[in-house]
Amino acid sequence: MKVPGAGLAKGLVVTLRTMGRRSVTAQYPDVKPELPPRSRGVIALLEENCTVCMLCARECPDWCIYIDSHKETIPAPPGGRERQRNVLDRFDIDFSLCMYCGICIEACPFDALFWSPEFEYAELDIRDLTHGKERLGEWMRTVPPPPAHDEHGVRAKEVEAAQKAADKATGS
Amino acid sequence: MSEVLEVALRIVLVLGAFLTLPLLVGQTEHKAMAHMQSRLGPMYAGGFHGWAQLVADGVKFAQKEDVVPAAADRAVFKLAPAVALIPYLVVIVAIPVAPGWVGHDLDAGLFFVLAVMGVGVLGSLMAGWASANKFSLLGGLRSAAQLMAYELPFLLAAASVAMAAGTLSLPGIVDAWQPWWLLWQLPGAAVFFLAGLAELQRPPFDMPVADSEIIFGAYTEYTGLRFALFLLAEYAGIVVLCALTTVLFLGGWKGPFDEALWGAPGVVWTLAKTMLLAFVVIWLRVSYPRLREDQLQRLAWQGLVPVALGQLALTGVVAVMVG
Repeated sequence: MKVPGAGLAKGLVVTLRTMGRRSVTAQYPDVKPELPPRSRGVIALLEENCTVCMLCARECPDWCIYIDSHKETIPAPPGGRERQRNVLDRFDIDFSLCMYCGICIEACPFDALFWSPEFEYAELDIRDLTHGKERLGEWMRTVPPPPAHDEHGVRAKEVEAAQKAADKATGS
Repeated sequence: MSEVLEVALRIVLVLGAFLTLPLLVGQTEHKAMAHMQSRLGPMYAGGFHGWAQLVADGVKFAQKEDVVPAAADRAVFKLAPAVALIPYLVVIVAIPVAPGWVGHDLDAGLFFVLAVMGVGVLGSLMAGWASANKFSLLGGLRSAAQLMAYELPFLLAAASVAMAAGTLSLPGIVDAWQPWWLLWQLPGAAVFFLAGLAELQRPPFDMPVADSEIIFGAYTEYTGLRFALFLLAEYAGIVVLCALTTVLFLGGWKGPFDEALWGAPGVVWTLAKTMLLAFVVIWLRVSYPRLREDQLQRLAWQGLVPVALGQLALTGVVAVMVG
């Protein structure tokens, strides 16, 4: 049987119960949000790892990575020969174009690009959103350590191969 | 000399209550409503959980330009906020908070209080008419309709308790009050409280000021300090209504414990009951959507008036039987 006024009482209960719970308001500028480690905030650059292979710039769907470099000759060590290496002059990412797809980070074969959860880099002028390698390098400090491997996941191919070889050696 | 001093003290106390209690209710509304909606409410003004938000609001209102529309009836337009606010100040004078603690003890206190409270609504009628604005006029007409509909059950419910106590004096009613009246006068108390809410035009009975459809009704054209006075009148009205309900139906300064055992002074009980009722007012506002104009009229004429008349009959029968 439906009690008359039950709906009214229910409405009151809902509001009173909500008052007893913690509010969901994030007090953002005062309290920083707790972001998950894989948040796509900004792309950081570890300059030492970059070999100027240009893969990131070429894979970028909207061409927002600008790279300039020059070749430098390393004087020959005793008994060796001269070597050449690429030196990065400019590594800019235009975050007004970037769509945060992360393809550059996937494409980098030398682990020079990383996702950082840092997101507070708004600018008043859209042209100021192009950040150079110094700024990108500063963001390296905010990159969290990678999450641990899943215990039950598939192990790396090299590990599997080594294990197989070890089993064979002990088995025979 | 001491008489003059006493009168001055009473005036200061009444004025102090009139200036602080509405702000307390307003701040409670800010915070309670926010948390009921899973928000935090004001957090910055004053430092600690935004306690000074209403002070900041007051300063803001005082800074704004005082605009009077060209087509408005200037004198009436300017007078309306005072007409809305002053009656509640006058009513507070007659409300007893403890034995002997009353601004002025009137023999016909109940009559006086109800008559003066009726004047308060006149303020929004004047504002609605004098603004020369179609939304204001609509709001004013709705105020008038609401006043017509809800004044009757309001008075009938108050008459019931006066009949039960056999006196029109407010301290006299509290003196005559006994705990079992809570049950006996329950329908009357509910009718009184609801009808009072409707007269204050508080949600869910805020059709006359419905901000989302007629832009605050009678207050559309008001800015600055005059608008703040209307808002203050609303919160003073809540305090007055809750205090009156406490005095008439909840036993005023009488607590549930033996006074010798539990020496809580009467003032504390009166204020605690008043603030509890004020919280209920806020709670109702958050919980229920606005009633439509026809629903408002139906609730008054088909719901509250018959209940109030029934309560009056019940009170008469029981009073005769007991007496």
